[in-house]
Amino acid sequence: MFKGVDFWPHDKVFPIMKVRRSFVIASIVAFTLAVALLATRGLNFGIDFKGGSLFEIQSKSGAVDIGELRNKLNGLGLGSVQIQQLDEPTDALIRFEEQKAKDGESSEKAQQNAADKVQEALGGDVEIRRTEVVGPAVSGELAWAGITAVLFAILGILLYIWFRFEWQFAIASIVALVHDITITLGVFSILGLDFGLSEVAALLTLAGYSINDTVVVFDRIRENLRRYKKMALDQLMNLSINETLSRTVLTSGTTLLAVLSIYVFGTEVIKGFAFAMLFGILIGTWSSIFVASPFLLWIGVKRDWSGIAKSDKATAAAQS
Amino acid sequence: MLHFSRFKIGFVVLVCLMGALATLPNLLSQETLKSWPSFLPHKQLSLGLDLKGGAHLLLQMDSGELRKDWLKSLRGDVRKKLRDARIRYKGLGQTKDLVRVKLVDESKKEDALRVLRTIPQPLGNAFSGSSGYDVAIEEGFDGFINVEPTTAGMQQRISNAVTSAIEVIRRRIDNIGTAEPSIVRQGVDRILVQYPGIGNTKRLKELIGKTARLTFHDVHATTSGDEARQTRIPLGYVIYPDADDPGYEHLLREIPIIYGEDLVDAQPGFDQNTNEPIISFRFNQKAAVEFGRFTAQNVGRPFAIVLDNGIKDDGTPDIKVLSAPVIREPILGGSGQISGNFSVQSANDLAVQIRSGALPATLTVVEERTVGPSLGADSIEAGEWAALVGGIGVAGFMIFAYGLFGVFALFAVFVNLLLIVGTMSMIGSTLTLPGIAGLILTVGMAVDANVLIYERIREEMRNGKQPISAIDGGFSRAFGTIIDSNLTTLIAGIVMFWLGSGPIRGFAVTLSLGIFATIFTAFLVTRLMVALWVARQKTRKIPAPL
Repeated sequence: MFKGVDFWPHDKVFPIMKVRRSFVIASIVAFTLAVALLATRGLNFGIDFKGGSLFEIQSKSGAVDIGELRNKLNGLGLGSVQIQQLDEPTDALIRFEEQKAKDGESSEKAQQNAADKVQEALGGDVEIRRTEVVGPAVSGELAWAGITAVLFAILGILLYIWFRFEWQFAIASIVALVHDITITLGVFSILGLDFGLSEVAALLTLAGYSINDTVVVFDRIRENLRRYKKMALDQLMNLSINETLSRTVLTSGTTLLAVLSIYVFGTEVIKGFAFAMLFGILIGTWSSIFVASPFLLWIGVKRDWSGIAKSDKATAAAQS
Repeated sequence: MLHFSRFKIGFVVLVCLMGALATLPNLLSQETLKSWPSFLPHKQLSLGLDLKGGAHLLLQMDSGELRKDWLKSLRGDVRKKLRDARIRYKGLGQTKDLVRVKLVDESKKEDALRVLRTIPQPLGNAFSGSSGYDVAIEEGFDGFINVEPTTAGMQQRISNAVTSAIEVIRRRIDNIGTAEPSIVRQGVDRILVQYPGIGNTKRLKELIGKTARLTFHDVHATTSGDEARQTRIPLGYVIYPDADDPGYEHLLREIPIIYGEDLVDAQPGFDQNTNEPIISFRFNQKAAVEFGRFTAQNVGRPFAIVLDNGIKDDGTPDIKVLSAPVIREPILGGSGQISGNFSVQSANDLAVQIRSGALPATLTVVEERTVGPSLGADSIEAGEWAALVGGIGVAGFMIFAYGLFGVFALFAVFVNLLLIVGTMSMIGSTLTLPGIAGLILTVGMAVDANVLIYERIREEMRNGKQPISAIDGGFSRAFGTIIDSNLTTLIAGIVMFWLGSGPIRGFAVTLSLGIFATIFTAFLVTRLMVALWVARQKTRKIPAPL
């Protein structure tokens, strides 16, 4: 019978906690950079949050002529019109911002009228494959819903880990989570990628994934705290991280494979989502090893778990 | 952990079979499904608009217009009540928020208040048990009596208007095609229209964006609109512009003879003499009698057919006189025709709109998303490729790392997918593009549960345990970790479902279902297969499995 290849060097213990300083510094630098970027450059919000219109078009006669398209649309007086060539030479993305309402006209109507004008100007030579027109009322609500979604998710996770572990674990995992989200946002900022609703969904998934990874390590730390009552905390954490490292790498590998295939084959609509996930898996794995545990070490944990271990056993017995 | 009672085995197999059965209709054509025995599941997964193409329109009702209309009718009520009670008033006005009236004789105030207090209607909501009235009558400081809609009253008004607007939209849309649109209320004053298979929303918006309130009015006998503008507009009359001749204005009695609601049918057609597009209509019994009496009394004079289309782009009212024919003889049959310089298309649209009834207020499009059918097909194809390549990659990885147990894990992941797709088909949820991403991500996460178990088994064996107890320990120790890690992801999923809209919700549904399915398959399906494999070895000294 084929048992599979256990490629992990289990007998080797990586001294992660010993060299943690350099990793923590790297994380702090990345985090600070991300915050600075978000404060100065900000995010390139998509029309979901800013309002505006988007058209994805496909030329019916060969490659799309971006220059000609630009000339056609710039004459319409819609403010700045962004035109972006997509992967296929026949495809392009047209975007323009929220239109100012002319007197008497509602701003929602102004959006609609601008979108109608563009559709007319494009004519019959192109197929409009996708349109999105978001008025100011909705975009404000969507932005707010996005922010509350992320905050509530963090709060829920915090409460759950507090309930299942100890408050120190909860704080440490939230620190790792905020680290992940902030740096991912920083990457979106520096690359100027469109940030919309599906990217918020990606952030929430990332939050779930990153916490998932952290919880696996913390679970082992808790277990080892019960087993090795006298071991020094940094040594114990190092052991726990190493014990779970093969799993961390394998799981990140398979999930990365799945998300990578979405990124490679996905259409324009899903690319931003897949990119956020791709980056999120890497940073989530990083933070569960190099951020969450060092932070936990720094704030310290309760050493005596005997009472809890007993009650845990009782519930385990009840479950089986 | 390796013992399964017969009952438990039966349960696991049953759940897996149910998942497979519920998924099966998705692989069959509609024709095969028709001949399917009735006790088997029939429901197919419905595809979201982003996959099959279609239009998504979020409409907002103009509550300002609704309030204005209400105030107008309240003003009429106040006038009538005071007149009936023979209380004389001097100032009856309407502001943005309320109607106010001043009495000639201040000492009649108590009487006036008593009469006016018959206007408010109790708020009818048996479920919420809310008390109070829709209108508040209050004495102002400046000697005026204020008649003001309450907040709750306005809410109820908007809510009722949205309900009837949904009905009107449905009737209108049903006229343009066979696709099944979904029209639902969102929040207080919004309506979400989802129409599959339409790439260009222009026609859809034209059809549902117009109020189309039709009324029949008496035309002033002697004065034209122009003359009235120069001198003064007689009490109870209004000026409306002509539809064909923008310069011409008609002076009409404000209160109509007949309302559009009294029309029972409207059909587009052609005039027999001029061959121009027209709309022929029929009144109901009551209106037919009314109209017959009116035309009999007014032979030789014109009457006006007015179309109120709510608010124009620039915020001014969109009301015009479609036609003002002269009555040649009494119209007793209760039917007639409107000619108004129509095109075939506009006659057709207006007939549909009249038939389906008027919208209570103007609807504005606040969000519009359309996906052309070809892009939807591309998305599905891309999703299939991603699933195939991702699936093969993950499968190769698992078999490489865990051999036969890797195959067990893959089978568990397969069952996992069956359970998710099956459940989604059964509960009638919609598969969107982000939903496909959620499915692929679930595959990655489901593998994680198995990785946790298998790594734990290897660890137990490295610690010197015999294979059987290592397997046992691996499953039981990984259990807590898997529950904790999956429940935290579930929290993110629930928040997404709760706060998200459209595409995010689709993702949240697959992700959350995936978590339940993952816990089930890792702990029952994988474990059952491993247990059966152990039992087949027929010896306590089994070879190391991993």
